[in-house]
Amino acid sequence: MISARLLGRTGTIFLAIVLAVAVLVPMSNLLLPVGSPLHVPDYMMPLLGKYLCYALLALSVDLVWGYAGILSLGHGAFFALGGYAMGMYLMRQIGTRGVYANPVLPDFMVFLNWKELPWYWWGFDHFPFAALMVLAAPGLLAFVFGWFAFRSRVTGVYLSIITQAMTFALLLAFFRNDMGFGGNNGLTDFKDILGFPVQAQGTRAALFALSALALAGGFLLCRFIVTSKLGKVLVAIRDAESRTRFIGYRVENYKLFVWTVSAMLAGLAGALYVPQVGIINPSEFAPANSIETVIWVAVGGRGTLAGAALGGVVVNAGKTWFTGMLPELWLFALGALFVLVTLFLPKGILGTFTEWWTGRRRPAVAEIEDEDGVARAIDSRGAPVPAE
Amino acid sequence: MQTTTTPSLLYLDAVSVVFDGFRALNNLSLAIDQHEMRAIIGPNGAGKTTMMDVITGKTRPTSGQASFEGGKYDLTKLDEASIAQLGIGRKFQTPTVFEMHTVEDNLRLALKADRRAVPTLFWRESRAERERVDSLLERIRLKDHRARKAAELSHGQKQWLEIGMLLAQEPKLLLVDEPAAGMTDQETADTADLLREIARTRAVVVVEHDMVFVRDLGVKVTCLHEGSVLAEGPLDQVSANERVIEVYLGR
Repeated sequence: MISARLLGRTGTIFLAIVLAVAVLVPMSNLLLPVGSPLHVPDYMMPLLGKYLCYALLALSVDLVWGYAGILSLGHGAFFALGGYAMGMYLMRQIGTRGVYANPVLPDFMVFLNWKELPWYWWGFDHFPFAALMVLAAPGLLAFVFGWFAFRSRVTGVYLSIITQAMTFALLLAFFRNDMGFGGNNGLTDFKDILGFPVQAQGTRAALFALSALALAGGFLLCRFIVTSKLGKVLVAIRDAESRTRFIGYRVENYKLFVWTVSAMLAGLAGALYVPQVGIINPSEFAPANSIETVIWVAVGGRGTLAGAALGGVVVNAGKTWFTGMLPELWLFALGALFVLVTLFLPKGILGTFTEWWTGRRRPAVAEIEDEDGVARAIDSRGAPVPAE
Repeated sequence: MQTTTTPSLLYLDAVSVVFDGFRALNNLSLAIDQHEMRAIIGPNGAGKTTMMDVITGKTRPTSGQASFEGGKYDLTKLDEASIAQLGIGRKFQTPTVFEMHTVEDNLRLALKADRRAVPTLFWRESRAERERVDSLLERIRLKDHRARKAAELSHGQKQWLEIGMLLAQEPKLLLVDEPAAGMTDQETADTADLLREIARTRAVVVVEHDMVFVRDLGVKVTCLHEGSVLAEGPLDQVSANERVIEVYLGR
């Protein structure tokens, strides 16, 4: 049973919208006639699905940044690793339909004159194994990276810089042909997923619905974490790390836990992204991608989860629209957006809206929502108002 | 030689801490007994904070020993979290509470419990814990402010909240750094009362500049200077010491 405490008011609304979208958008695309004003056109489906994957990525960044104060500028690496794990499965599904018709080796390996499949490609023809790797590969990288970084007490801007270095190192590595991940071109020309053609309308609708469900599931998991006592410890670490240590909490273990969970969520987002956009290449590791994700979170509202997801959708929808109109100005617009939000909406879209809404509803006795999502009545001094 | 049979709770033996050639602590030796309250005085740079850092595991001594519970634990080999779990609580000079958490959540987080991550994730508040939080709120006089964010408290209230958080950990030894700083006279007197009450059941080490407050506490005093003990004993005796007057109290 999902309690009110777990979701909070905003969370309930957010979850309801995501679940409604999961059902209604694919239905509209598949069932309504093309001329209908409510029909979601075919070309929109992978685009909207992509936004949902970005929303899940933003959610994972907000979990570590908004709650534990770890500003990751390298979450794109976890996203891309999840994407590569899914891409490797999709490559193996091509089989003899590739240009070289090799039943085992993907085209790029035949082209490079490789004779057999490298060991790290073994097992990726099985979906359950690939699905496991979607979580395990980014999870393992995050665990090892975090183990060293948090144990050495690397924090703040230094940590952010080494996360950038991590994703940049992976970018360079994946560019190399002899890494065995398709080099510059990455992995593409996918044919089917679980036996369904990836390009088919039904598959696209299903992938969209799955992305929405993954977002809903990821949101529930994050809410469970942040409303637990562990979540309160994370906020304590964010606000007064040494105080938390002197109370007896081993800060590095808490950071490592949430960091690894977050990386796995990012990996899942990447895995759902790849079949919808049809390609994964090293550019997904570009440091700028990770920085952009942080902007989505800041725009939507850091430390609100739902706001971060909203930011992921809104900024990317804006990007699609803007790059269609004035492509060369997009980066300026993004930069301006970040500056303006930081200056005028420090709590992001959702944080500002929630503040305005609660202030408007009860000027004298405001009902505020604490981190538990439990509404409490307080008077203007902030003292609790007894229930009538 | 020590003639008592009960081993001391905290024992620092010839501890030195050297930072880039600067001796922050110089052969410092100090013993605190069970349920003892001790006031530490001394001029700025005497090594009071460094001493606390050594005891709580923040700084490793360059040489010397620091042991807890009659030599059962070697504090120089443990990290901050383990030392805190052994039962050494520390209050900082500037009140450090979790500003974004409510007053009661601050206490809840400090409450003695399993500190590992997974049990903390699945933790549910027990009745005993709720009652303990209630009684602590009563004791630190913040019962009416339990649902407020700690950031909204006054300076004095934050000091008390932090003391409450230390009590919630049920420590055997409390280190308190300048508890009276920035407090009104009434608050200072109340704080002295609270500390005396706490010292009935556990050892308390208070670092303080305010001599009125130290007199109020009425306990054994250790005066530090340049990283070692200059004088030790009742306040009247220490404050009559020529060297103490010269370096600290002034004429």
